[in-house]
Amino acid sequence: MSFIRKPLILHADLPRNGVGLTLRDYEGGMSTLCAGCGHDSVSSAIVQACWELDIEPHRVVKMSGIGCSSKTPAYFLRGAHGMNSVHGRMPAVATGAMGANRRLYCIGVSGDGDSLSIGFGQFAHAVRRNLDMLYLIENNGVYGLTKGQFSASADVGSKAKRGEVNRLRPIDPVLTAITLGGTFVARSFSGDKAQLVPLIQAGLRHRGFALIDIISPCVTFNDHEGSTKSYAYTRKSSREAVHADFVPAAEEITVDYPAGDARMVTMHDGSHIVLRKTADDYDPTDRLAAMEHVESRHAAGEIATGLLYLEESEDDQDMHGTAGTVEEPLVELPFESLNPGAAALAEYQRRLR
Amino acid sequence: MARTDTSDPNYYHRVVDCQWACPAHTDVPEYIRLIAQGRYDDAYMLNRESNVFPGILGRVCDRPCEPACRRGRVDDKPVAICRLKRVAADLRDDIRDRLPLVPKQKNGKRVALIGAGCASLTVANDLAPLGYELTMFEQHAAPGGLMRTNIPAFRLPGDVLNEEIDYILDMGVDLRLGTRIESLGALLEEGYDAVFIGTGAPRGKDLDIPGRHDSDRIHIGIDWLESVAFGHLDAIGERVLIIGVGNTAMDCCRTALRLGGKDVKVMARRGRKFFKASEWELEDAEEERVEIVENHSPIAFELADGKLVGMRFARLEYYEDASGKQRSRTIDEVVIPCDDVILAIGQDNAFPFIERDIGLEFGEWDMPVVDRVTFQSTRPGVFFGGDAAFGPENIIWAVAHGHQAAISIHKHCQGESITERLPPTLNLGSRKMGIHEWSYSNDFDPKHRQVVPHVDLGERFRQLSIEVELGFDANLAAAEVERCLNCDIQTVFADDLCIECDACVDICPVDCLMIAADGEENVLRERLKVPARNLSQPLFVSGPLKQTGRVMLKDENICVHCGLCAERCPTAAWDMQKSYVGIPKATDEADRTGEWKKLRKAG
Repeated sequence: MSFIRKPLILHADLPRNGVGLTLRDYEGGMSTLCAGCGHDSVSSAIVQACWELDIEPHRVVKMSGIGCSSKTPAYFLRGAHGMNSVHGRMPAVATGAMGANRRLYCIGVSGDGDSLSIGFGQFAHAVRRNLDMLYLIENNGVYGLTKGQFSASADVGSKAKRGEVNRLRPIDPVLTAITLGGTFVARSFSGDKAQLVPLIQAGLRHRGFALIDIISPCVTFNDHEGSTKSYAYTRKSSREAVHADFVPAAEEITVDYPAGDARMVTMHDGSHIVLRKTADDYDPTDRLAAMEHVESRHAAGEIATGLLYLEESEDDQDMHGTAGTVEEPLVELPFESLNPGAAALAEYQRRLR
Repeated sequence: MARTDTSDPNYYHRVVDCQWACPAHTDVPEYIRLIAQGRYDDAYMLNRESNVFPGILGRVCDRPCEPACRRGRVDDKPVAICRLKRVAADLRDDIRDRLPLVPKQKNGKRVALIGAGCASLTVANDLAPLGYELTMFEQHAAPGGLMRTNIPAFRLPGDVLNEEIDYILDMGVDLRLGTRIESLGALLEEGYDAVFIGTGAPRGKDLDIPGRHDSDRIHIGIDWLESVAFGHLDAIGERVLIIGVGNTAMDCCRTALRLGGKDVKVMARRGRKFFKASEWELEDAEEERVEIVENHSPIAFELADGKLVGMRFARLEYYEDASGKQRSRTIDEVVIPCDDVILAIGQDNAFPFIERDIGLEFGEWDMPVVDRVTFQSTRPGVFFGGDAAFGPENIIWAVAHGHQAAISIHKHCQGESITERLPPTLNLGSRKMGIHEWSYSNDFDPKHRQVVPHVDLGERFRQLSIEVELGFDANLAAAEVERCLNCDIQTVFADDLCIECDACVDICPVDCLMIAADGEENVLRERLKVPARNLSQPLFVSGPLKQTGRVMLKDENICVHCGLCAERCPTAAWDMQKSYVGIPKATDEADRTGEWKKLRKAG
C-alpha cells in the first residue's frame, strides 16, 4: 500500500465529460491495498467507465461484503452512496437498496471468498432473482487478508506461494451464473482495461443481473510461478471469445466493422453492444454453446474471457419486473402512499384473515 | 519506436526544466532542497559553483529558469527560483573559508582579462585556483561592469555587489582600475599567454530623428544610468519620457522617479505582448506608477527657444494584411510634453581598441568571429565572452560563457586541444529510504507562489539606494520551497521488472503514464490518457515489456515527481533517482593531470 495520498492536481488538459466532471471527480480515497494489486486496476476501470458514461457519482450505490475486494468501494467514486456489509451478505443489502430506489446504478464488488464461499448462497439467489445490478467478482484464487490460503476458485494443480498444490475442484462463477439463469455473464482481467471498461459499461446499462468475473491477481500471495491466477499466467492463457464494445444510446456507431464480423445487440435503453468475433466462431446468446465453450477452454488450460453470455430482452424479467416494485424511488413517494395509515393496515390485515 | 536512450546525459537533464534552461545549468532543485533544510551555506556554495554570483543573480537575474519551471505548467505560476537563490545568499553565514584555495606558487601562465564585468570575473574565478596569474583591466573606477553601471542600487545594493566581486578579486587578481585598453595589438605584445575580452556591449543605441542634437536633455539610457551609478548625476526634470520598453527602460524609469521625476512615461512602439522587458520588471515599474504608453512611435523632439519641451509621436494601430503579416498605420500625431528624454532602445557592441590587422577576424554586424563552444576568436589565444562575444544577453549567459572560456584558456595555456573537451555527465542515485519512505519531500503542495514583500511606496523613493525588494524571510522561503516539484528526482524505469499491473498508470495524479501498443512517436503521444501534445517535452518510451510486448509511455510534460508510480510499483520497476548533472569546469579539465593540486600542496 502507499501512505501517500494521490494529490489533487488538475491537469489543464484533463478532459471533462458530458456532466462537466473530470476523471479525478470519480476517484476515491487512498487505497490501502498492496502495491500492484489487481483490485486497484479494477477500481480504476470503474472510474473510467462511469466517467465515460457521464454517470453522476451520486447516482451510484456501491455495495460490498468483506475481503480485500470489498474494501475497494472506498477507493472509487467518492461521491457515491455505499454500504460495506456483512461477509457474503452484500446481495441481500443490495436487493433492499435497489428495491428502495431502482433509479440508481448499483455496483457490487465482491471477491472469490465473499461470493463463492461464505456468500455462495446469497450470490446464487441474486443471480436467480435477476437483481438489477453490476456484480463484480475480483477473483484472485486466494484469501489475501488471511495470508494466502486457497479460495474456492483456485484451480486444481495451482500452487500456493509456499508450494502446496490445490486439489479441490474450483467453483467457476461464470458457469454458475449461466446455470442459474444469469442474463449477462462475462469474464475479464484486471490487466486488460481495453476489454474490461466496455464490459463494465455494458453491465451497468444491462437490465438485470450483470456478472463480471475479473481475474485480479494478488501480487503478494498469488503472483508466482505455478499459480493460475498470476499476471503472467492470465496474460498467457486468456482467450477472448468475443470482444464487446459498448456504444451509448446517444452516440452514433462510428467504427466500421467488416460485414459478418460484428453483431449488434440493442439494449433496453437504446444503447448498443457491438460484439466483435475473435478467432473462435462464438455465439454469446447461445446458453449451451457458452457453457460448452467455457468448459472446453478450461479443460485446455485456457481462460475464456469476454462477454460470454448475453440475454437482453425488452421484457421485465429483472427483479423489478417480477416483484413489481414501484418505478419511483421510495424517498420521492408522498408520505400518504408510503404510509396509508392505521385504517388501511387494519383493512389489509382483515383481508388476510 | 526505439527505446528512449536514457543513458544520454541530456535526457534526464532536460527533465529538470529549470536546470536545462539555465545557461550555467545551476542545480536548482538541489539548492532549493538545501534551503528547505535550512542549509543556506550549502545552498549558496552549490549555486556559486555554477552561477558564481548567487547574491547578485538572486536579485537581478533574467531568470530563464522560471518560464521553464514545470510548476508553471501545473499551477498558475512557477516556483520563485530566483528569489530563493537570494534567500540562500541573504541567510548564509560567512562562507569565505569554503571558497576555492588559491596556490601561492603560480603555474607561470599569465592571462589578461579586459573588462571587470561578470564574464571576466567568472574566468578569473575559475582560473585563479589553478595557479594562473591574472591581470584584469577596467576603464571605470570600480569593478563590476554593467552590474555596477547599469543596474540601479535600489535593485542591487552596492555591498552585495562588492562582496561577491571581492570573493574573486581576493583570489589574487591584479585589478587595474581606471585603465582603458586602447590597443589590443599593444596588449598582445606584452606576452600574455592568453587574453580574454569581456568588454560587454557598451554603446547605447541612438535615435537620430529631428532635434536629437539640439538639446542636452536627451540621454542615452545606459550612459545615463552609469552617470547615476557613479554619482555624476543626481537630478532629472519632472516630466521624463523613456523611449523603449526593455529592461534598461525599466531601470531608467524607476531611477528617474528617484531623481525627481514626477511624471514618468515609458513610450512603446508596439502593444504589450511585444514588450521586451520581463513581466516582473514591468510589474515593479507599474507598481511605482510609471505609465507605459503603447503604440507610440517617435517622430521628432520638440524644442522651443533651444529648450526641449516635448516629443512628437505617431499614434499607431496594428492590423494584419492579406498575407497575415503584422502592419501598422498612423492614426494621428501627438506631442507629449517633457523635460528629459532617455533613450533605452538597445545596445551595440563596440571594439574600437581592436585593430583589424592582428589576425582577428570580424564578421557580420562588425562582430568578432567567435566559436560558440570554445569562445576563441580567429586569433588563437584571444577569447571572448559575455555580451562582447555574441551581442547583448544577460548576466547568467556571461557567467556561462566565462566558465567555457576558462576551460579553453586553460587548455590553450597547457598546450592541449581546446576542442577536445570533457563531455557533460549524469549520475543517478536512488532516493528510496525504506518502505514508503523517500528522501525528498514528494508530497505535492498546492500552495500558490509566495509574494516577495516590498518596501512601502512612500519610503522607497527617499533614497536611491533603498532596496525595494525585501526578499523572502525564512518563513516565506520555507513555504515557497515546498512548491518545487523536485524534477531532478527522476522516474527511472527498468523494463525487465515490469509485470504490467497498471498500478502506476492508475495512481499517476497527472495521467502521464500509459502502457500501450508500440508505434511511432506521434501515435504513441496520442495513446496517453491525456494526449502528450506539448512537443517541447520529451516522451519516454520503454523497450517491449516482457508479458505483452507493449511499451511503457511517460509524458515528461507535467509529471510532478510525486513518486507514486514508484511507491505503487510492486516490483520496483519504477524508482525515484536523483540526477546529478555534471557540467565540466576548468578545474575538472585540470584534474586530468592533477598538476594544479601539486601547486596547492606547495603552498
